[in-house]
Amino acid sequence: MKLDQICFRTSHLEQSWTLDAYRQVGGYQVLENLLKNKMRPEEILEQVKNSALRGRGGAGFPTGLKWSFMPRRMPGEKYIVCNSDEGEPGTCKDRDILRYNPHQLIEGMIIAGYTIGAGTGYNYIRGEFYEPIERFEAALKEAREAGLLGKNILGSDFHFELHTHIGAGAYICGEETALLESLEGKKGQPRYKPPFPAGYGLYGRPTTINNTETLASIPVILQYGGDWFHEIGTQNNGGSKIFCMTGHVNKPGNYEVPLGTPFSELLELAGGVRDGNSLKAVIPGGTSTPVVPGDKMLQLDMSYDGIGKGGSMLGAGSVIIMDEKTCMVKALKRIAYFYYEESCGQCTPCREGTGWLYRVIKRIEEGQGKQEDLDRLVNVAENINGNTICALGDAAAAPVMSFIKHFRDEFQYHIDHGHCMEHTG
Amino acid sequence: MEFLLINHPLDCPICDQGGECELQDLSMGYGDGVSRFTEGKRVVKDKDIGPLIQTDMTRCIHCTRCVRFGQEIAGIMELGATGRGEHMEIGTYVEHSLVSELSGNIIDLCPVGALTSKPFRYKARAWELTAHPTIAPHDAVGSNIELHIRKNDVMRVVPRDNEAINEAWLSDRDRFSYLGLNSAERIAEPMIKKAGQWQTTDWQTALETAVEGVKGIVAKHGPEELGGLISPTATLEEAYLFQKWLRGLGTKNIDHRLRQQDFADSQSDFSLNDWALADIDDSDAIVLLGSNIRAEQPIIAHRIRQAALSGATVSNINFFESDLLMPVQHQLAVDAKDMAYYTLAGIAKALTQANKEDAAEWRELLGERRPSPFEQNVALQLSNARNATLFVGDLINHHPQASVFRALAKLIASLSKTTLVILPTANSNAHLKAKTLPSENGMNTMQMWQSDLCAYVLMGVDPQMDTAIPDDARRALKRASFVVAINSFHSDVINEHADVILPAACFAETSGTFIGIDQQWQRFAGGVEPRGDSRPGWKILRVLANVSQLNGFEHISSQDVVDEIESEWNMGQKPASHDFIPESFSVTSDLMLISEVPMYRTDSLLRHSNALQQTPENKANDVARMNQQEADKRGVNHQLPVIIKQGENQISLPLEIDDAIADGCIYVAAATLASVAIGRMFGQVEITQAGPSS
Repeated sequence: MKLDQICFRTSHLEQSWTLDAYRQVGGYQVLENLLKNKMRPEEILEQVKNSALRGRGGAGFPTGLKWSFMPRRMPGEKYIVCNSDEGEPGTCKDRDILRYNPHQLIEGMIIAGYTIGAGTGYNYIRGEFYEPIERFEAALKEAREAGLLGKNILGSDFHFELHTHIGAGAYICGEETALLESLEGKKGQPRYKPPFPAGYGLYGRPTTINNTETLASIPVILQYGGDWFHEIGTQNNGGSKIFCMTGHVNKPGNYEVPLGTPFSELLELAGGVRDGNSLKAVIPGGTSTPVVPGDKMLQLDMSYDGIGKGGSMLGAGSVIIMDEKTCMVKALKRIAYFYYEESCGQCTPCREGTGWLYRVIKRIEEGQGKQEDLDRLVNVAENINGNTICALGDAAAAPVMSFIKHFRDEFQYHIDHGHCMEHTG
Repeated sequence: MEFLLINHPLDCPICDQGGECELQDLSMGYGDGVSRFTEGKRVVKDKDIGPLIQTDMTRCIHCTRCVRFGQEIAGIMELGATGRGEHMEIGTYVEHSLVSELSGNIIDLCPVGALTSKPFRYKARAWELTAHPTIAPHDAVGSNIELHIRKNDVMRVVPRDNEAINEAWLSDRDRFSYLGLNSAERIAEPMIKKAGQWQTTDWQTALETAVEGVKGIVAKHGPEELGGLISPTATLEEAYLFQKWLRGLGTKNIDHRLRQQDFADSQSDFSLNDWALADIDDSDAIVLLGSNIRAEQPIIAHRIRQAALSGATVSNINFFESDLLMPVQHQLAVDAKDMAYYTLAGIAKALTQANKEDAAEWRELLGERRPSPFEQNVALQLSNARNATLFVGDLINHHPQASVFRALAKLIASLSKTTLVILPTANSNAHLKAKTLPSENGMNTMQMWQSDLCAYVLMGVDPQMDTAIPDDARRALKRASFVVAINSFHSDVINEHADVILPAACFAETSGTFIGIDQQWQRFAGGVEPRGDSRPGWKILRVLANVSQLNGFEHISSQDVVDEIESEWNMGQKPASHDFIPESFSVTSDLMLISEVPMYRTDSLLRHSNALQQTPENKANDVARMNQQEADKRGVNHQLPVIIKQGENQISLPLEIDDAIADGCIYVAAATLASVAIGRMFGQVEITQAGPSS
């Protein structure tokens, strides 16, 4: 069987978010079977490892490996946390999983809890997601009523409770340790690592944090087997992935396709570049990944390793398409403004540096740029990169460095002439 | 480096931190000479966080040390970071003054000029100051400090690291008391009263007048008509020479226990051997008895808090509940009349039951008391501990039944193998060594004031503010025919009733020895010249003895005095001690006035430190407090002031309903102008509501 749609596998059904719809595609059967057969967590872990499922939140860390770090035999409470904060500009996939297939996430979290020995789960959902929160809450209610959550799930001796936590819309709370701080009721600021959450997580207890899409993939992996999932994608890049096609395409939206699909095919699925314009640049994984020039991008495959060859990252699969009319200075200004506003303020390079970057880019865009600004921007970004507790600093630096590397001429033009090149803007 | 300076103003020339700024040092070491940052810098509104700390929040580099200090050390998170990224600000969120008694430490912690000392603002540059090590005299800790001196002025005080004593911290009281040194109330010259008028004079005349007067009284009425009282803040040397001189004149009436009312247990031995402040850290059970520890001994409170955080159980028994800023296991506000008969006797009884061991002398007194759950819990807490400590504080020591309470505390301690620590007042351990205590058949403080002696010699004593019964002191001095005051500050009662005033040097101006709670002899030298024509106390006393033609006063330095004390101490016999056992616990008390000396009013120097007097906690002292139930019972409310009556004396104060106060008690802060008129600061009172017209 060839199945591309994993997280969106109910999308052909009416009211795909209900328990009935989910049951129609075989939902909760995996959970029932593993509870009935008292499946050993090691077996589940083996399947997940075989699947080559990699974290869908952006870092692409192998999920099976992450789960294996959990001290599952350690007494006391352990937690599974789902990161549905989805703050990366350009990303809109987790929202749709919550809206159209929340039960698959719930099943995935229960299975994850079973595997790592956690009795409590939290789904940290971004505060702006009104509809997804409502859908997820409704799904939780259905699941509880069906005996899929709570004490002695489906008559077994396994207990698992799942709660929704609504964030307040801070980008930094998508960072896993800041998310934990926020979940604990504190100001969302990342923690030093190590200790990693698997050793010292929520309330100081062992915790695993996975992205929504990652957890929602679990039931399907266990239904059809890890090897089957792996084969959908390419070597070490198992499964399908949702790509959020945004920007200058004719049919923007979420497309779930196997990893390894050529970018050109994906672009075609999304209806091609608007107005038949030519492709100028693509940010393949959300604004925190480096930009890739269009011609280069057309030769790449959409997989973690494939995009890596183009000098960027697959990230959360948030593909931002920019056509020839785009002013790269203006685009970078908007991105830099985002990081300036969203820096949490804990580390000096990021707190102070993001503001500096933004102000200089703004000046260039407004025609007040100076010749030395270009090298200075790169130098400041380099000084931020790698010098902060979390990856937000790196994320702020990456676009600046890559935009100037690939489109230096446009920046130069702005400095020299005080406005955009004629065909852009 | 570059990033740190982006939003940091380059206002070093007008910044108080200049010259001792960590950021400045780092910039000098690692920064570029020219800034590459050409955009605008941010500006942050300054916050008003009280009279002690000045803020310049634009200079803040968000290291959050002050926030961590609040969380980890002070135990009260008053400062926090609001806002994200570049919009992050340090502040109190809702504007208020910091109330932590250790708040001044954030001045030292702040690496830049964002938090600086308000009284020190724009006063001097770090490189103009000379550091002079000395000891803080305001509590029994003897915190190690450094005076920062320019020319002949103490410009500020900072802590000196001593892990055994104050670690790296300093209480606000010790940090800002120096501001009293240059008060206009300082006595600058020797003065004598002639025909009811004060005249300044030279030292020779003043000393001769003093000695003539005192000797005249002794010759005419006998030495028993002479009394000497000295403040427990005085140095070991001053204490020693004070009693040596007065004993040389023949009197037995000498005391330093100015606020004590009950002396029945004078023979009991409460001394501690080999006990150090660091032992608090090893305690796994701590019971506070009658001690508002945060105000009384802030550094000890800090140590107890650290012990509590690492697992020690803490209980608090007092006449009112207080927020100790640490996890407290058991807390009880006890009615003054129940303290001995119920609470303490109950704990003791529970311990004898648990130990199956009997304290023979106490059998009848403890009787058939059945301990309450609270009493049993505290008993268990103490007896189960590996290393328990029981602290007894001022509220017990100043109580009219102090002896009974302390005897019970001693019993509890011995039954549960607990270390008993009677918290000393300032340098009072040195005074015990120097024997500023009545000789056999001599009078103690209370007897001296109540016997209307013919002559008094006072050293560092403000009869109004420093005594248990200001009313008695006033009357006694009024009736006395001759009064000598060796003081640093003017005070109304002294000016009215003294005949000779000898200006004494203050803290920081004299050398001496401090013996704190841990029995360490800490020597220090004077840092600045005494104000005006005042002289170090030990010199004044030595010359007084010389003028009195007494032998054995040939000391030429304070070290000579210490040597003499040491050899006398080593040769001397330890005084015989026997425990005090009360005859009964019966206390009849209807409404008890309980009072403690507010943190910033414990001695003259503090009372003249403007910044400390302006702190909100100090200003909040002019009220009476009682709980709602008690107020209802007595038909009073907070809408009008209440009149508190004691015999013929009465005062009128606003009433504040405070449910932390125990039943049967009304709380009034001592040593304030509003409260001294009541007479006995700890005693029975009656209360009525003031009429609308009054």
